Amino acid sequence: MKKYHVSTTINGEPVEFLCEPQQTLLDVLRDTLNLTGSKEGCASGDCGACTVIVDGRMVCSCLMLGVEAEGRTVTTVEGIATGDTLHPVQQKFLEHAALQCGFCTPGFIVAAKALLDENPNPTEEEARYWLAGNLCRCTGYDKIIRAVLDAASEMRREAAE
Amino acid sequence: MPGLSFIAPTTIDEAVRALASAPGLAKCLAGGTDLLVQLRSGRSRPELIVDTKRIPDLIGIRDAGDHFVIGAATPGASISACAPLCRAWPGITEAVDLIGSQQIQGRASLGGNLCNASPAADSVPAVIAARATCVVAGPEGTREVPVEAIVTGPGQTSLKKGEFLVEFHVPKPAPHQSDAYLRFIPRTEMDIAVVGCAVNVTLGERGVCRDARVVLGAVAPTPILVPEAAEALVGHWLDEETLARLDAAARRASKPITDKRGTIEYRIKVAGVLARRTAAIAFKRAGEC
Repeated sequence: MKKYHVSTTINGEPVEFLCEPQQTLLDVLRDTLNLTGSKEGCASGDCGACTVIVDGRMVCSCLMLGVEAEGRTVTTVEGIATGDTLHPVQQKFLEHAALQCGFCTPGFIVAAKALLDENPNPTEEEARYWLAGNLCRCTGYDKIIRAVLDAASEMRREAAE
Repeated sequence: MPGLSFIAPTTIDEAVRALASAPGLAKCLAGGTDLLVQLRSGRSRPELIVDTKRIPDLIGIRDAGDHFVIGAATPGASISACAPLCRAWPGITEAVDLIGSQQIQGRASLGGNLCNASPAADSVPAVIAARATCVVAGPEGTREVPVEAIVTGPGQTSLKKGEFLVEFHVPKPAPHQSDAYLRFIPRTEMDIAVVGCAVNVTLGERGVCRDARVVLGAVAPTPILVPEAAEALVGHWLDEETLARLDAAARRASKPITDKRGTIEYRIKVAGVLARRTAAIAFKRAGEC
């Protein structure tokens, strides 16, 4: 199988890789680049466990080919914290125990960060609709929503200071 | 997938040449939210994938005077963020917004939704109702066709070898013209239409309907334009008698199948109810603009 050379930016770093045309971005992230934070749940765009941000838009990395990443800017869950400092969304997930098995958590973290970047003061309904593409089979969602709304108010407080 | 190749052309001509010269199956990749699922399941086994997103005409929305031009590969998130389009055609933009999750909206496109040719495609009825056309590029040059001429059956389109969708031309609304789209699903988000309905109306003197287009989704092998349902509206206010005729016309036009989302009887009933509800929203909007 012919391999394609791809140059892209992942979590702020220039990255080059070789991939086959049918490999998804998720395959490349996990199997070639060892960025295993993004998870494969359904592989059909239903569960959101593989959510990443590409050129400012949230996408399922299982529904994007690795070759399509050429020249794009990708942020994965590994790029959400700043060094050792957790992003407020990550910190609030811990404080609210907004996870049980944790498989869906990377997708929720990326999606919640994307929400708060776009809408710093979402209503509960807005947060629930935004996160409708992320499935969690453990928490019943309530703790996740509490964590996201708390992270939003924390970030607004920080921004006001 | 032995021998699969990928190209990302930057011009229409380059894309047409690649699509036309591929000996086997060649597929266009816009948002990929259907294509990648089909690749994985083996339902589609192309030997060439042509990524159309690097062709400038295919991405973005522009105002062309009497119409909007929407690039065929423009993601749903950009369409929902286009304020002039949302004001002009709230039905089209709400239909696009219903497709999948926020993640899907980051990629899924109007062109892909049309060419995937699902009878239940949410964006298609509203775009047909607005009398939109699409520009198709191919080895013989480009042609402009009504959107309703593209889908010929489930998963089937009228596009010939080497052809692909470049852009949509959506006329701007006349005074007192507006639209609405509703779909019925048994939950509130992340599902496929049991029935979809788009209504586009223009109101005249004293709020009497003087032009209408009614399109149903998921009740036939393709989205269907229902002239009898439009005739039920034209020349009338939206009173109970008009609604009853619209409901009956929508039910008569529906030729659905029974599947896990609903039975034939259920879908026919819902088509009538949804036509009433969608018309009510479209009339209200048209009266206010």
